[in-house]
Parts: sequence; structure tokens; C-alpha cells
Amino acid sequence: MSDNLIKPYGDTLNDGLVQLSFTLPIEASARARKAAEAYVAKLNFEEISVTHYKKIADGFTYFVVYARAIPVLDYNLIQAQEVESKGMDFYEINKQIAEKFGRKLTVVGATIGTDAHTVGIDAIMNMKGWDGNYGLERYPELNAYNMGAQIPCETLLAKAIEVKADAVLVSQTVTQKDSHIRNFTEFMELVEAENLRKNFILLIGGPRITNEMAIEMGYDAGFGPGTKPSNVAEYILSRLMEKQGISR
Amino acid sequence: MLTLPLEAQQIQRVKTLAREIAAQVQDFIDLHSSDSSERTVLRLYGVDGVTEDGIPLPNRLVELLRESRLIESGISRPFAKAMIKTGLGASETAKALHEGKVRFSELGSIHPELVQKKEQELCKKAIGILDRTRLVKREKAQKFGNPEYPWRYLIVASGNIFEDRTQARSAAFSGADVIAVIRSTAQSLLDYIPYGATTEGFGGTYATQENFRIMRQALDEVSQDLNRYIRLTNYSSGLCMAEIAACAAIEDLDMLLNDSMYGILFRDINMKRTFVDQYFSRMICGRAKIVINTGEDNYLTTSDAIDKAYTVTASQLINEAMGHNALLSDNLLGLGHAFEINPKIKNQLLYEISHAQLARQLFPDAPLKYMPATKHKSTDIFYSHVMDTLFNLVTIATRQGIHLAGMATEAIHTPLMQDRYKSLANTNYVFNAAADFGSEFQIRPDGFIAKRAQEVLDQAEACLIKVHEVGLMQAISEGQFADTYRSQNGGKGLLGVFTKSQDYSNPILAQIKAEGMME
Repeated sequence: MSDNLIKPYGDTLNDGLVQLSFTLPIEASARARKAAEAYVAKLNFEEISVTHYKKIADGFTYFVVYARAIPVLDYNLIQAQEVESKGMDFYEINKQIAEKFGRKLTVVGATIGTDAHTVGIDAIMNMKGWDGNYGLERYPELNAYNMGAQIPCETLLAKAIEVKADAVLVSQTVTQKDSHIRNFTEFMELVEAENLRKNFILLIGGPRITNEMAIEMGYDAGFGPGTKPSNVAEYILSRLMEKQGISR
Repeated sequence: MLTLPLEAQQIQRVKTLAREIAAQVQDFIDLHSSDSSERTVLRLYGVDGVTEDGIPLPNRLVELLRESRLIESGISRPFAKAMIKTGLGASETAKALHEGKVRFSELGSIHPELVQKKEQELCKKAIGILDRTRLVKREKAQKFGNPEYPWRYLIVASGNIFEDRTQARSAAFSGADVIAVIRSTAQSLLDYIPYGATTEGFGGTYATQENFRIMRQALDEVSQDLNRYIRLTNYSSGLCMAEIAACAAIEDLDMLLNDSMYGILFRDINMKRTFVDQYFSRMICGRAKIVINTGEDNYLTTSDAIDKAYTVTASQLINEAMGHNALLSDNLLGLGHAFEINPKIKNQLLYEISHAQLARQLFPDAPLKYMPATKHKSTDIFYSHVMDTLFNLVTIATRQGIHLAGMATEAIHTPLMQDRYKSLANTNYVFNAAADFGSEFQIRPDGFIAKRAQEVLDQAEACLIKVHEVGLMQAISEGQFADTYRSQNGGKGLLGVFTKSQDYSNPILAQIKAEGMME
């Protein structure tokens, strides 16, 4: 038996307390409230308390529910691949690139497909960066090319070949009907069809992106919300050192 | 009342600068037209429908006119001739042209007086559409009354017009005054308007005339049920600005996103194309009394909201001047700005109040469109919800006109039904709790808010002086706005721009211009 069984924490260890909110397509009523309770019971909760419910449209009711989760989880069985970061800063990263490679590294980034959102790629690449963390364009040891949004996969790859990119950043914000997955897959298939997978470090980013998702699709890493430009720069540096067998 | 100690003379100066900048662009506009502007004429003449390959008939006809090398005179006259020749209605004549039963190059000689008469008849019908919708909107306003500003503006974006309809009803039920159907991403780059009802879209729903009709009908029903006027918004931007405006007028839409520079900067649409198209689209909006919403908020998503706040102000002034050139009255100018300052900045709230109040005082009669935080929204929805509370407070304190309700889930997905409900609950709470906040406090003339607003206005004036010197087109090429560089002959859609010939004819535009601003 594992010594690491866990449950959600409210205010007492193993109380299993969870807050839920959701909408059911039914008219608000005492019966609707009962339905919400019954539904949450089906999700394997107990001591269910519907603390709030309100009609939000004809035939739709919104619920806030507290309940205790029944299952426990053996945390020892959980593994995840996180992008390792030592929290290197702008200066340290530039210094390392200069020392270890003796040349500038080249990075190309774009939002591909029909997605018109530049917010993600801009946060990482634009000079200004975000939250006080400089963007890749500001790094003296990086040649950074931000191609913007709605870039066809072919155009992005052509640019990566043209400038001999070390790393390619692919951004997707729109996730409706899994369009991001299709776009990421299309780009990867293109790279593989051209037999160029080994030439680049391929990274993906966006608000719904996880590192696991990236690895599953054949990318080197994936960056989700909260990622700073320096996290990406550090990853490119260390992954390239690893690929080229350069010691730290 | 919150009041910034601004100098009337300085306001006069920046408005004059903007007017002169717009006048320069207008000189260019007056000499040119575009494929999409000509397609707009056809739509208002009653041409609707698609070919067997799904190509909209207005596109097909403009293409045929180009093949006949007759585009420089505009489509109005040759189309009128074709109608005389066929003796059929507009859409039937369009079909006959498409099928080659009639050809633009083989219309023969028809007495000019007859052609002119036909053009006048068609123009009367077109203007009739715009006048009808203006009256319909006035009647609704009289019947239901207008809500007090700020109007609560909610987006729906499911991709499926029928789901959107359900979402819109729910938003109206929770207190929305305006429903915006977000467009499918990249529609702005389509050089045609898709046809029919659509149920698939990415990040939004296609703007089609049929989708407009479906949503309008739903909102009219909701207006009846709730005894409130629920307004409908869509997007007149991209490569089909004026055409969308025409469809919107036909289907009684109340507002359109419409910016003189947005497409250039954020969608890389050619600037000549954009300037020409925005003019005709705005002439339509003015006559049809459609409120435009400009896109300055977008500047702050790419540039820093403090460093580049002045670009918002400068652009608002230019948008206002171009709006006036297109006969838009002040109450139709939903000039845009946004609550986009990094929440970690000390006194973020004071900066936001300062910027919002500056816009309020520069454009006292415009229903300013105020956008919530997006760039700094967290995936922690609870934190984001709190950010929206402060945004709501700034809106009510500075009396903004059109309030785009912020979503706690902004950083995660297009809104769920419950996201809209929570957003409106927050908005309704703050608007009520702080109803008279703005009239109870004064801004310290020597304080942070007043000084900051003065700084932004000074920077905006300096920016306009630079733009005035080189001209707007050159200024955009030099990256003056949104840190984005766009060349005069770059971008999409330039091939669809042409110089009007001496005998160019667009009677719709001519009549709107001759008759001036409508009450």
C-alpha cells in the first residue's frame, strides 16, 4: 500500500473538498437543484451541497456546488515531464550562448494556420517581452524572426530553412474544434516529409499547451500560460547543447 | 464630476491636425474605388446569391467587368445597361451575366438617358434600404427606449449561428444591451462574403447575410419578451468592409466594428484598399445609423499600454476625423480604447482612470467603446474576475458608452454561457453600487491622474505633428502605430484598387454625399 495517497484539500487533510460550477440545460427549480445534486453524485462525490443556483436563460440553470471527492490517488504513480528550468536570466543566457557556441543562435516564430492571434508569439519574441522579461528579439546573442500570425506551415518552414534556424517556435491560441492540434500536426508532418526534423529544435506554445502534448506530437517541448521569454531562451540553449554534446 | 483640467486650445490643435491628416487621405480616396466597393453597389442594387461553384454573384460580376477592362468606370452603369438589355431583375440579370447570356463588352448602345434613369431607379432602391433601416432602428428606440450608457456589450463566438442564438438569448436575459457575434478567425482575409447559414467556424462564426438575419430575428424576439432594445453587432473590417456594411444595413444591424487603420496594422491589408473601403462603409453606416466601433484597443495588445497610450489617442482623433468625412455623426462614433495596463504596475487603476477620462473629455458626444483586459488576464479565473471588477468601476466612473463585458475565462476559451452570466453579474453589481461615483469626486488638478492625462495628450499631439508632416500613409510605413510597419503597396488587396475614370459612376455614394448627415 502506498504511503502517498492524496485527495483534494479544503481545510483538513483528506477532506476531499472540491468546488464545482456548471450549467445544466434545464429550467431553474427545486427539481433542477436535485438534478444537480444527483449528477454530482454520479461523478463520485459525497456530502453534496448545492450552495447556489440561478436561472441564466430560459431552460438553463447555473450551479455552484461543494462536495467531497471519494477516490484517492496514489501520487507515487504520477509522472510528468516538465520543461526543466534553472531560472537563468537574460544576461546569463546571452553569456552562455556566446561562450558555448561562439555564434548567434537563430530562432523563427509564427502563429500558423488561420489563427490570427499574435499575443502568444509576441509575448515571447517582441523586443519588449512581457512582465518585465525581455523578448527574444532583445537578446544580442539571438537572431529572432517573428513572422506574426496566419502563416502557412510551408512559409514558416521555408523561412526556417532560409535563415538556418536553430529553433522554430509555433504558436496557437485558438483551440476551437482542436484546430491547434491539427495545425501542429500539419507542421510536424511537413517537417518530417522534408526530412528536416533533426535540423531544428521545434517548440510549441499557447494558453492550452502542455509539455506532454508537445512531446506526444513529436516536438521538443511545449510552453503553456505564464511562460516567460527567458524560459524559452534557456530551453533552446540547453537543448541545443544537449543535441550537440556540449558540456555545461 | 470627474474632470481633467485640459486646455481647450490644445484640444482644438489636435483636432485640427487630425482633420488635416484625414483630408490628405480623403484626396486619395476620392480618386479611387475598389472591387469590394463595386460589389457593395451590386449588393445594394439587389444582387444576391452564388454561382453553382459557390462564388457570390457580386464577386463574379466584378470579375467579369475586370475581364472586359471596364472596371475604371464603376459597375453601376454597365450593370444598369445589362438590366435594360435583359429586362430582368437584379439577381436574374446577374445570373444572365454569369452564364454569358449577356456580356458587359457587348451591351451595344443604349440611350444615355435611359441608362441614367435605370441607375437612378436602382440608386433609389439602394438608398431606400439605408433609409428603411434607419427608421426601423428609430422606431425600436422609441418603442423600447434606449438603455442608459454604458451599454453592456457581450460576445458570442461558438462558430455555429444556431448555438450563438441560444447564447445570445441567455446574455440578453442576464442584462446584455448589445450582442456581438465574433467572426471566424481570418474572415477578414477573405475577399468575398460567405453565403448562407453556417455552423462551422474557428474562434467565431462567419459573417454572412443569412447569419445576420437569423440573429437579428432572434434578438427582435428577445427584445419583445424583455421589452428592451437588444442591439446586434458584427464586423465591417478586412477586405469586404463596405459589403458587410451593406449586408448589415439590409438586416438591421445596429453596430459594426469598423476602423480606418485596423486592417492595415493587424491584418496586413493594403492601406490604399482599406482607406477606400472604410470610406464607403462609413458612408453606408452614417446613412443607415449604424454605430461604428473602432479598434484602438488592439494597439495595446501589441504595444505597451503605458508607453504607447498616446497612439490610442492619436488614432481616435484620426478615426473621428475620417468618420466626420464619411458623414458619421458623433453619436455613431464608438471610438475604441482598453483597460490593458499590467496589473502589477503600481497605481494601475489611476493610469486607467486617467486614460479613460481623457478619451471621455476629448470626445464628449461619442459613445466610447471600452474594452476589458485581455493581455494580462490570468488562467486563474478568479483573479481575472477581480480584474474585471476594477475595469467595471473605471467604466462607470468615467461614463464610457459601450462596455465590453470582460470574461474571467478570457485567457482560456471563448466564453461559456455561465462565463457571460458571471461577467454580467459583476458588471451589474458595480454599475449599480458605483452609479454616481463619477459625479461625487473631483480629479486633483495637480495630481497623478491629471498629470498623466496631460502627458498622454502631449505625446499624442507630438505624434500627430509627425504624422501631419509626412502624411498618414508614410507614417504607417514608418511604424508610428502599434509598432507595426506596413508599406503603401504591400499587404493584401492592392490589386483590387483602381483609379476612377472621368466617367466613373457610383450614384449611391454621390447621393449620400450630396444629401449630407441624416438625423
